Amino acid sequence: MNGIIRQGKVIDATGEVTIKDIYFKDGCFAEPYEGPFDVDLDAAGKIVMPGFVDAHCHLRDPGFEYREDIVTGTRSAAHGGFTSIACMPNTKPVCDNAAVVSYIVKKSQTEGYVNVFPIGAVSKQLQGKELAEIGLMKEAGIVAVSDDGAPVRTADMMRKGMVYARDFDLVVINHCEDPSLADGYMNEGYNSTQMGVLGVPSAAEDIMVARDLILAEYLDLPIHLAHISTHGAVDMIRRAKKRGVKVTCETCPHYFVLTDDACLGFNTYARVNPPLRRPEDVTAIIEGLRDGTIDMIATDHAPHHEDEKDVPFDQANNGFIGFETAFALGYTYLVQPGYLTLAELVEKMSSAPANLLKIGRGTLEVGRPADLTIADVEETWEVDRFQMASKSMNTPYHGMTLTGKIKATLVDGKVVFNDELC
Amino acid sequence: MQLKSKDLLGMQQLDKEEIELILNTAQGMKQALLIGHKKTTHLQGKSVVTLFYENSTRTRLSFEMAAKYMGAATGNIAVSGSSINKGETLLDTAVTIDHMATDFIIMRHPSSGAPFYIADRVNASVINAGDGMDEHPTQCLLDLFTMKEQLGTLSGLKVAIIGDIAHSRVARSNIWALNKFNSEVRVAGPASMMPVEFEKTGAIVCNDVKEACEGCDVVMGLRLQLERMHSALFPSVNEYARFYGINDEVMACAQPHAIVMHPGPYNHGMEMTSNLRYSDQSFIDEQVTNGVACRMAVLYLLNVRRNSMAADQ
Repeated sequence: MNGIIRQGKVIDATGEVTIKDIYFKDGCFAEPYEGPFDVDLDAAGKIVMPGFVDAHCHLRDPGFEYREDIVTGTRSAAHGGFTSIACMPNTKPVCDNAAVVSYIVKKSQTEGYVNVFPIGAVSKQLQGKELAEIGLMKEAGIVAVSDDGAPVRTADMMRKGMVYARDFDLVVINHCEDPSLADGYMNEGYNSTQMGVLGVPSAAEDIMVARDLILAEYLDLPIHLAHISTHGAVDMIRRAKKRGVKVTCETCPHYFVLTDDACLGFNTYARVNPPLRRPEDVTAIIEGLRDGTIDMIATDHAPHHEDEKDVPFDQANNGFIGFETAFALGYTYLVQPGYLTLAELVEKMSSAPANLLKIGRGTLEVGRPADLTIADVEETWEVDRFQMASKSMNTPYHGMTLTGKIKATLVDGKVVFNDELC
Repeated sequence: MQLKSKDLLGMQQLDKEEIELILNTAQGMKQALLIGHKKTTHLQGKSVVTLFYENSTRTRLSFEMAAKYMGAATGNIAVSGSSINKGETLLDTAVTIDHMATDFIIMRHPSSGAPFYIADRVNASVINAGDGMDEHPTQCLLDLFTMKEQLGTLSGLKVAIIGDIAHSRVARSNIWALNKFNSEVRVAGPASMMPVEFEKTGAIVCNDVKEACEGCDVVMGLRLQLERMHSALFPSVNEYARFYGINDEVMACAQPHAIVMHPGPYNHGMEMTSNLRYSDQSFIDEQVTNGVACRMAVLYLLNVRRNSMAADQ
């Protein structure tokens, strides 16, 4: 695919914003050349960014296709400006062997809108007892390992996973939560007290983060901590990074946008794991993003059927869909108030996750695959859960007005989403 | 004046005037009960269904008697023996009941918030008969009725609530209500059964039972909700009774006129000594009678509201 994106405000790795044309040839970014172009888009007045990379999502395929599948999930990703997404292994069957990895890779290549990079299980059946076939899964295409949905339960299993994954140059991504303390449905605090709902204390996350940091430091091996939500975790990771521990971490938009107030009135759309926390945690998450403690923003896109949310509060499934709102939430809640520059937000949504997963994307460098996203940051829009490209509509943001709209998404130079951009 | 909502979901949702209206109405109902007048026509031609997902003796029967005394047709769904055991969801069950032209659904469910979830989805008036650890408004109303009857007022009281606060919807409902009347609620129990930041409810969290009961007008015991405890929160019944039980020694700290209350069912010898339960200070049995009167009042007032809504349409 050959093409040109004309006159956009281009954000590159240095953070410079320049108005220029972007060229690509045979699906990769190229030096300027004289056509002919298959794709010719006018991006005047729009922002042109490296395509977003999501290090953490759930596509539900295979096994839970009534919630989402690879086609609808990647379509939703394309609508949100994501060009590469890494999906967690808690499918049915679990993505703990090369056959399931190959299924996901092949289906996404033939039917998907964007690149899909599977994440393999650390342990067979996510049970935390025996290592999964990490090497064979790497051959089939995984980019990391995780037992996400649950933590790698024992420190022993975590150690084995980290050591073994090193041989295959893979990082372990851990869902940080001490299961013995996580017997609840929302954050433990006054809101859970007054609603009479069992709470999960922030200590549940902090304890697991501490364990993982200790292991990473002891083994001198890299670790990536998923969806950080507490001020305690941010503090510990900041100190560990200063000591040289090889830790990276992500947060999700809901941890810098929402607090547990969203649960009031028994709102099942506000149920997520880890739970929405308190204002002081939101402040710490924003500070962590600002000072670089938190390396990246992931969506934790977690589609659920309406039947799994239209139930009493403690019976609802955890999680939100996230692709289609991620950039606008970042822009509205981080860039507009001045916490991050637009370039910093873009870095946390593209090159940082791309580097973690070592996928050679998330950049506009000449020679790299032409994955890019065009957005209008002047445009405001209202989130409408009934108008999602995802198969599911479980978003807590319904009715919110956000700034920043994705106008087009290109993967390998091919337009996979175009919202009225000629 | 009439109630503002078609449903009775929690004390948090009622204002002081509505609570007073219910209590005043209940007084008339109690007088009728006491003179043996147990057949009125207030709910004639109306239907009341009890839908209980948890065990109950007094609450369910009390609602059923209240409805029958006022002439309503009553139905009762117990979870065992119903389609709930075939996997029917709460919503489907409630909607099904609603489509039998039911006027009142009285609902008890182990999930906090469950009646709030149902109330907007049915035409019937939903009355919360206990939702998880959240609220139990009619228990609270009968507690308030009993306090007012015995102590003459609901303002300026000191009320100690003792025991398993974490799992108690009765404690929460009483705190929300007594706050509105400027009465002081003190709570005490094992710290392992005290939810975080409980003082923000407006209650005073005390470290020991005697401290909580010091100078109190009301001492209320709570049942240990063993079925809601996912793991043991206290070491033994013996130890619980020794440190958190209500006994003569504890009552000596309260006002001489103090009354003893308990929502029942009562675990003998655990939450309070048996001699106290049957003492002159105990109004536990009076609470049961008042429960019928208060539930009659709630049904009556919600029905008035339903009728006026229907008239408006």
